[in-house]
Amino acid sequence: MRDSRWLARLLADPGSAAQVTDWTSLIAIARAESLAGSLAWRLKGMELPEGVEALLEAARRDSEAVRVQALWEAEMARRALKPLGIPVILLKGTAYAAAGLEAGRGRSIGDLDILVPRSALPDVERALLAAGWEWVKEDGYDDQYYRRWMHELPPLIHRERDRMIDVHHAILPLTARPKPDMAAMIAARVPLADGLFTLAPADMIVHSAAHLFADGDLAGGLRNLWDIDRLLREFGERDPEFWPALRDRSDRHGLLPAVGRAIRLAHHLYGTPVNWGQLPISPGRALSGKARRAEIGNCHQLLAADALFRRRLLALDGWGQATRPFTRLGFYVRSHWLRMPPMMLARHLWVKARKKR
Amino acid sequence: MNHVFRLQVGPVSFRIGSQWRQPVAQLRRLYAGYPEPDGICDFTVRLEAERAWRRWIRPSVAIRGDYVLPDAAPLPLAQGLLAAEMGMNLQMALGQKKFLLLHAASVERDGRALLLTGHSGAGKSTLGALLGERGWRFMGDEFALLGLEDGRLHPFPRAVSLKNESLALFDGVDPARLGPVLTGTPKGRIRHLRPNREAVARMGEPARPVMILFPRFGRDLEPIVRDVGAAEAFMRLTQASTNYVALAEQGFDALTRFVGTFPSKAIDYADTAQAEALVDDLWRSA
Repeated sequence: MRDSRWLARLLADPGSAAQVTDWTSLIAIARAESLAGSLAWRLKGMELPEGVEALLEAARRDSEAVRVQALWEAEMARRALKPLGIPVILLKGTAYAAAGLEAGRGRSIGDLDILVPRSALPDVERALLAAGWEWVKEDGYDDQYYRRWMHELPPLIHRERDRMIDVHHAILPLTARPKPDMAAMIAARVPLADGLFTLAPADMIVHSAAHLFADGDLAGGLRNLWDIDRLLREFGERDPEFWPALRDRSDRHGLLPAVGRAIRLAHHLYGTPVNWGQLPISPGRALSGKARRAEIGNCHQLLAADALFRRRLLALDGWGQATRPFTRLGFYVRSHWLRMPPMMLARHLWVKARKKR
Repeated sequence: MNHVFRLQVGPVSFRIGSQWRQPVAQLRRLYAGYPEPDGICDFTVRLEAERAWRRWIRPSVAIRGDYVLPDAAPLPLAQGLLAAEMGMNLQMALGQKKFLLLHAASVERDGRALLLTGHSGAGKSTLGALLGERGWRFMGDEFALLGLEDGRLHPFPRAVSLKNESLALFDGVDPARLGPVLTGTPKGRIRHLRPNREAVARMGEPARPVMILFPRFGRDLEPIVRDVGAAEAFMRLTQASTNYVALAEQGFDALTRFVGTFPSKAIDYADTAQAEALVDDLWRSA
């Protein structure tokens, strides 16, 4: 098996399960990509070899326990933050699970990610520390770095439950070039039954795409792209206004290029239906050159640069082993480049290198 | 991966890949006579160079696979067999969700199983292996697999890892069953022992548990037996389980049923002859 493409194909088309000959490799890839639970649900009810079915059944049961634990952690945060009277918005996996979205089915969920208004950060920090969360790292430079430049507090871990929480006040580092409109994002939040919130559907996609393509080195990218596929399908079917809203919001947050790339690659790897290009651009809004380019091919066709992203997204072999070291290195360097301007990056790497010695 | 070994142990199957020949050759020899999995393998273990050049220069084996511990220390190539064993243990500890995993040895007689559990160094592994040479069927010394639905113990007779002084206790066994002596490992001197023919032949037969023993070894301990209440046994077994928390309600249900059904005893012993006598007494009265 040359790369993770088989996994993507099977997720997109469970019917192709009959053609799989090497399940051990496929499962190794799915586990390495944190997609074993999602795959197990996707293949539920299919005619499969007995051993494969048993393994997937265990993965489904496991994902149910993961879901319950993630929701409980969200509830713990809700109780700790309730007295502050601020909106607490769940992000990523926990949000998908809490909202009962298809993207949450079988999804692996590690840390709890929440978004709160930046002005509330000091209160949130105090409330969480009082409720049993502790700092993971005790390092002056890292702490300063997070607080000055990042979009989140340094990570906290709960001393009894051993679970991490990431408290975000933005969806990208403050030093990144795109500047999402966080006030608008928080204002458009959608309530859940228990007093917590999720982002609005379009903003959920914008966040996921920003996380994948405008930040980080694409580690775990195939899973994030699977989220995007599931979300686009579900929202697109549910609401005819969704696609224009997505276009509008992506533009407003300065993330059209990232969202466009997410849609093109999701369509390419997972066959996501795309309704993007047939819609008129919101009147009176001038798109930047980059945004225009993101529209070429109406998101049904990959752009030249997308091929490189695809190469990175699929860089695993049948042993779940990382391949394509130079592509990986390139994206690692890119992730730092995206995060901060060159002089700042130089300084940051200098401090980090000196500390390692 | 250049070298591959596939192994079935009880209900669990492994695919082990290595960049070097030696660990796989040693596994093949140690696990001679074990069946090969006939379908999908539950877990993949990878033995690979920690950095590309460490494949050739002072070879250093990183333990990777489906499930990894980020800070697991690599081992020198001379301890590659140990790395493979640790790799399998790691997959079980982090990834096994079909059974409640207890850090315990287990043996069986007349279709009834005895579970031996306790802290590292309490002697459960040595005691389990010894009983396995003296009329009991050896079911495993590292992990006992408790079925979540059937409440039975499922055999997992991997190679026994004999440590330090306990190596001498098995001098009499067929040398073909012994692996190489590994010195200077994180746990001292280690030698692996293949379970006997019966243990391997009957690895597919689960058994009904009837007693939990908490052995404690110490040179100046008086041989005694003490009753352990269900609540204490429960607490000690949650600590002895690597996946109790991950299994959530299923784990709680399986474990409460387990400790509630039959007696638990703690035994202290100063040498293996005493331990055997205590176990035999208890077994007759059970």
